[in-house]
Amino acid sequence: MSSLIIKNGRVIDPASQRDKTGDLFIADGKFVKSLTAAQKKTAKVIDAKGLVVCPGLVDIHVHFREPGQTHKETILTGSQAAAAGGFTTVVCMPNTSPVVDNASTVALIKSVAANAPVHVYPTGCITVGMKGQALAPHGSLQKAGVVALTDDGLCVQSNELMHRAVEYAKMFGLSILDHCQDESMTEKAVMNEGVVSTRLGLKGWPHAAEDIIVARNIILSRYTGAHIHMQHISSAHSVELMRQAKKDGVNVTAEATPHHIAFTEEALGTYDTHFKMNPPLRTEKDRKAIIAGLRDGTLDCIGTDHAPHAPEEKDREFDYAPNGIIGLETALPVCLDILVKKSKFQLSHVIDLMTRKAADILKLPAGTLAPGAVADVCLFDPAETWLYNTYGAFSKSINSPWDKQNLTGRVKTTIVSGKVVYNNGKMV
Amino acid sequence: MPWHRKHLLTIEELKRSEIEQILATAGAFRRILDRKVKKVPALRGKTIVNLFLEPSTRTRISFEMAAKLLSADVISFDAAASSTTKGETLRDTAQNIQALHADMIVLRHAASGSPLYLSKVLGIPVVNAGDGAHEHPTQALLDVFTMREKLGDLKGRKVVILGDILFSRVARSNIHALTKLGADVTIVGPSTLVPHWFESMGVRVSHNLREALADADVVMLLRIQHERQGSSHFPSLGEYTSMFGLNYTRASWVKPGAIIMHPGPINRGVEIDSDIADSDRSVILQQVTNGIAVRMAVLYLCAGGQPEHVLTPVE
Repeated sequence: MSSLIIKNGRVIDPASQRDKTGDLFIADGKFVKSLTAAQKKTAKVIDAKGLVVCPGLVDIHVHFREPGQTHKETILTGSQAAAAGGFTTVVCMPNTSPVVDNASTVALIKSVAANAPVHVYPTGCITVGMKGQALAPHGSLQKAGVVALTDDGLCVQSNELMHRAVEYAKMFGLSILDHCQDESMTEKAVMNEGVVSTRLGLKGWPHAAEDIIVARNIILSRYTGAHIHMQHISSAHSVELMRQAKKDGVNVTAEATPHHIAFTEEALGTYDTHFKMNPPLRTEKDRKAIIAGLRDGTLDCIGTDHAPHAPEEKDREFDYAPNGIIGLETALPVCLDILVKKSKFQLSHVIDLMTRKAADILKLPAGTLAPGAVADVCLFDPAETWLYNTYGAFSKSINSPWDKQNLTGRVKTTIVSGKVVYNNGKMV
Repeated sequence: MPWHRKHLLTIEELKRSEIEQILATAGAFRRILDRKVKKVPALRGKTIVNLFLEPSTRTRISFEMAAKLLSADVISFDAAASSTTKGETLRDTAQNIQALHADMIVLRHAASGSPLYLSKVLGIPVVNAGDGAHEHPTQALLDVFTMREKLGDLKGRKVVILGDILFSRVARSNIHALTKLGADVTIVGPSTLVPHWFESMGVRVSHNLREALADADVVMLLRIQHERQGSSHFPSLGEYTSMFGLNYTRASWVKPGAIIMHPGPINRGVEIDSDIADSDRSVILQQVTNGIAVRMAVLYLCAGGQPEHVLTPVE
C-alpha cells in the first residue's frame, strides 16, 4: 500500500503533547515513526508549510438523516460535509425514520456508511421508538454495531426508565448520551425563557428544565456507576452541576456546541429561524459559563449537533420551524474564533476538545497522531479568511447562521485511513 | 415630517413622533366618523386583504369597516376556509394573494413574528392585526388614542394593566406605546401571568392589586382565557376573580375621574363585574369606535398617504 509524508507542518497532537513543526509519516493507512527507504521512494509528499497538521476532528453528535429523511441529508452528503470541515470520525444520532431501535436499521446504516469518505458510527435508541416507555434492545443494538445509546432530540422523562436504562446499558459497556430537557417544563417552548422571549412573545424554555435533568443524570450515574454523557449543555447552572459532579468523581461527561459558545438569545430579535435550536441559545452569562467549562475541563468536548433541515422547513413562522442548524463545515473556524482568538485558549487545547477528548468519551479509535493509530488527519490554515457560502458547500441543507460570512481558519486537506478524501475545496 | 413606513409591524419599532403622526391622522378620521356621510375616497381602487389565520371578530370587522370607509375594496380570508388547512405555507398563501394584485395585507396570526416574516417575503404593505403573544399595534394605538381623548397628555399618567400579561399581545404593544408617550405603567396580576421579566420593558411589576390601583388614572383589563384555568398558571377562574377581578370596591381605589378599559371580548364576572363594565367610567365601547379611526389612519398611511393631506381641517 501507499505511503504519505506530510512535510513541514505545525504538527499538533494533544494526545502525545506534540506541538512543533515537522513531518508526519503514514504507511498502510496508519501513522508510523518513519518510512523505510523503499517507502520513501514511492511516498506521496504533501507540503504542509504554514498549515496546522492535527488528528482528524471527531464529532460525537451529528444527524445524517438516513434512513428516511434524505431530503435533508444523507450519510454520503453528511460525510462529505464532515470531511470538508476536517472531521474524520462522526457519531450519528438515531432519530431517523425509522429510528435506530433495531439491529436491521443499524445494519442498513453501516452498509451505507462503509462507502462514506469518513468513519461513521451509528448510535441506537435508549427506548423503543424513542417513545420513552420501554427499553430498546441494547444488547442486539451493540452486536449490530452501535457505539452508544441515546434518544437525542427527546429526553427520557421517566426517572425509573432512565435508571434501568443506564443500569442495563452498563452491562454492555455502552454509554448513554442524554438530551437534557424536562419536557413538562418546556411544552411548546421555542427559545430561552427570559427578557428576550418576553419581549418577542415567544414561549420560553427555562434553563431550569435542563438543570433538573443534568442533576438527575448525575444522581443516577452516581447511584449506578454508569457513564452518562450530557449532550449540548446550554446553561450556566448545568455547567456548575457538572463541575461539582466531576469534583465528586461521578462518571459523567458533557459536550458544548459551537453555536452555544458563539451566540446568545439576543440573536433571535428578528425571529430568524437559523438561530432556533434545542436546547435554545441562552444568555451571555450562560455562554461565558460554557466557555469557562470548556477551559477547565468541566465540559469535555465540542459536538456540533449538525442538524440539517430543508430550506422550506426552516423558511416559515418561527414557532413552526424545526430546531437545529448545520455545523460540520463551520465548527473549526468558529471554535478558533471564539475559543482561541477571543477567549485565549491554546490552539492545542481547542484541537484536543475536537479530537482526542471527543473520541475518548466513547472510546473511539481516533483522535491521535501516535504511531500505530489510524491515519486520520486534518490539515488547516489557521490564518486564511474565506467566505462560507452554503450554496456550493457539501451538506445537502443550508440552515446555517454563518451563511455568507467570512470565517478565519480553513481546512485544506482531510485524510482518512491514510487516504486524502478532501483537498482544496473538492472531495477526492 | 412625511410618513415613510410601508408596514406597521410593531409599536416597539415606532418612534414617538410616528405614534403622534398616526394619532393625529386618526383624529382627523375620527371626526369624519361623526359626519352623516362617513366615506372618503382616500383608498379608492385599492384592494386590501384581511388574512386572518386566527379567529377574530372585533378586529376583523374593525379593519373591514376602516377599509370600506376609505373606499378600498376588502376581501376577508379566514383560516378555516383557506388553503393553509391544506398545508400551504404562509409564504405561498401570501405570495398568491400578492399575485392576485392585492395592494395590502392585514395579517392576524397565532405565531409571534409572522408579520415581520411576511414583510420580508412580500413587496406590498403588511399591517399586523395581532401576532401570537407578541404585538397588536392597532389595539395599543386605539387605546392610547382613547386615553388621550379622555385624559389629555399621558406624560406622568399612571396606567395599570391588569390580567394575563404573559400571553397578551395587547399588553406588550401598550407597554411600548405608553412608555414612549411618557406614561407610568404598572402591570398587575398573579405572578405566573405577570413574570418579573417584564421589568426589562420599563414597567413596574406588582402582585398587589390595592397598591397598584392607588392613584391609577387608567385601569386596563385583559381578558382571562378560560383555557389557562386549571393549568399551571392559575387554579380557577373563581380564585382569579377573588384575587384580581375588578369589582365595585376595588374600582373605588383608583383616582376620581379614572377610566376603565378593556380590549374585549370581556368575561363579565371574571376579570370585570358588570356594574363596572357598564359604568360611566368604562370607555370600552369608545375604544371600539376609535379603533375604526385608528385603523383608517394606519391603512391610509401604509398605503402611502401623508398625514398633512388629512390634517387640513375638513370642510
